[in-house]
Amino acid sequence: MTVQTAFDKAKAERRAALVGYLPAGFPSFDGAVAAATAMVEAGCDVIEIGLPYTDPLMDGPTIQDAVHRALVGGTRVADVFRTVEAVAATGAATLVMTYWNPVDRYGVDAFARDLKSAGGTGLITPDLTPEEGEPWLAASDAHGLDRVFLVALSSTDERIEKITGVCRGFVYAASLMGVTGARSAVDTGAPRLVKRTRTILEARGSALPVGLGLGVSNGAQAAEVAGFADGVIVGSAFIRRLLDAPDERTGVEAVRALAAELAEGVRNPR
Amino acid sequence: MTIDTTAGGAVVPDATGHFGPFGGRFAPEALMAALDELTREYEAARRDPAFTGELDRLLAEYAGRPSLLTEARRFAEHAGGARVLLKREDLNHTGSHKINNVLGQALLTRRMGKRRVIAETGAGQHGVATATAAALLGLECTVYMGEVDTERQALNVARMRMLGAEVVPVRTGSRTLKDACNEAFRDWVASVDHTHYCIGSVMGPHPFPMMVRDFHRVIGVEAREQCLRMTGRLPDAVVACVGGGSNAIGAFHAFIPDQSVRLYGFEAGGDGVATGKHAATLVGGSLGVIHGMRTYLLQDDEGQTLETHSISAGLDYPGVGPEHAWLRDTGRAEYREITDAEAMDAFALLCRTEGIIPAIESAHALAGALKVGRELGPDATIVVCLSGRGDKDMHTAAQYFGLVPQGEGR
Repeated sequence: MTVQTAFDKAKAERRAALVGYLPAGFPSFDGAVAAATAMVEAGCDVIEIGLPYTDPLMDGPTIQDAVHRALVGGTRVADVFRTVEAVAATGAATLVMTYWNPVDRYGVDAFARDLKSAGGTGLITPDLTPEEGEPWLAASDAHGLDRVFLVALSSTDERIEKITGVCRGFVYAASLMGVTGARSAVDTGAPRLVKRTRTILEARGSALPVGLGLGVSNGAQAAEVAGFADGVIVGSAFIRRLLDAPDERTGVEAVRALAAELAEGVRNPR
Repeated sequence: MTIDTTAGGAVVPDATGHFGPFGGRFAPEALMAALDELTREYEAARRDPAFTGELDRLLAEYAGRPSLLTEARRFAEHAGGARVLLKREDLNHTGSHKINNVLGQALLTRRMGKRRVIAETGAGQHGVATATAAALLGLECTVYMGEVDTERQALNVARMRMLGAEVVPVRTGSRTLKDACNEAFRDWVASVDHTHYCIGSVMGPHPFPMMVRDFHRVIGVEAREQCLRMTGRLPDAVVACVGGGSNAIGAFHAFIPDQSVRLYGFEAGGDGVATGKHAATLVGGSLGVIHGMRTYLLQDDEGQTLETHSISAGLDYPGVGPEHAWLRDTGRAEYREITDAEAMDAFALLCRTEGIIPAIESAHALAGALKVGRELGPDATIVVCLSGRGDKDMHTAAQYFGLVPQGEGR
């Protein structure tokens, strides 16, 4: 399954796609695969596997904690690809979300090649914008991978034009000005950002879907976001379930329950 | 007067902030609009006589510029007999070169209509300078500082708090300067509409490496004139310590077109680069991306940032400003390591021979000057950037030299 077909399928069912994030190696290699599998079984259409990095400057305390544990546990890039392989085998479209330096260090083309052969569909790059993205644009073209760049509340229309012009798979709209982490309410600026992005895409005749992430943590928020975006992206809330559980098995079941609640939410847009 | 950004007629960086292959802007999209705004405002401000006039006035009447150039005759006896001239940034208000940059950025913050500044700090010098400028200009101020550093630089924490700043100890990662930078970026992503991130070195995404350099360029401009007046000629070498590299770029920049002047940067060698316990990025690092810029950094084979070590909190950083990477690769400047032990020997030597207590950061430059002097011989003249004073380091120094008898002090 590609990201595009996952979004198309959701659209055909008149609902938003559900995108779930988990870092590889957290709570363990097997635990991450089990949790991601549970997310798919309970209704996630797309999975983002995070590549644990020492300096995650766009992430709040929850994801920082998880990736720190993954790194302490010895998670390597090869483990990320193995995780992608296992999750892609469930049939879900599987992307990798990564800060740029590990890709740069691995070699951009080699990374793209190995991601492709693991069954990954592309990358989400929170600290890479199109301006510095030339090597990645070339590698993703060469290997037929999706490239998801972010748009923010602060992005000008000119920037949204430029960013969406090179996005493939979907556009990641950051719903608030801030780092990752659960929030009690969806930012009031979020619907406007999605609308601005859509208007710019439509003017170009593009049907690229727009997913909204940052801060969404429960079914009610998912339903709210599903009312105006093509996809609902959830990360920290899943990790919270794993962090709070007394053991991995309980954590995986809590993840499954949350995914089911969110899947219900995206089917009942408000 | 406008602020000059040229070196020997060649304007570096390019319009997108690249010094050759280094620098650029690897930043979250949420910050791109603010970085564009900052670039525009800075370009306008540096050509605006009202802005540069105000900055020049503050540098002269508040910071105490020009700083002195002091000949260190007794110290020089240990440097192969070369003449050693100390550029006394330690005599600036707040005790280091950091005030040059901070006054510029604080004025720019006000010009952009923002009401709050945030900063990262290692040794606390940049944090103190930022807290000072914020107090002077009536800005709110939050300083992020690694928990390890709040312990070894407790005096500076107290200074910042006295000046009205909020000091946030950072407990993530290695709990030093790198993690303070991460936390400051996280704050900025959420507060960018009313907050300016006053980056403390020639690092970060464009335009910071260029802008911070320009604000520190005054160090070398003054030193060049003072040296010519004092000795009748240019120095043979300019020597500075390099963490992120702000005092070094400030000292070097005016001399870049003077091909006869050798430029030496001395990095924190810690226990020695071979031991892996160091912070010598240009000596022992590799090419990558950190904190918004492409540069050399200390990383493992998978691009994970390595833990650094230095007795100096201000040099304990795994990256380096992109212009230094460029100066190194083009061969214009040379970078070497100084171990903790060599730095502390030079620290003690300057105290005893000149009656000047340097910052431990600056002691790395002094140790470097001793080596360069012995290499260049007695006919050479060496300008050393004495980037800061050592009051903040008394606790570390007293422990290192065993000056606090048991039961006394902490």
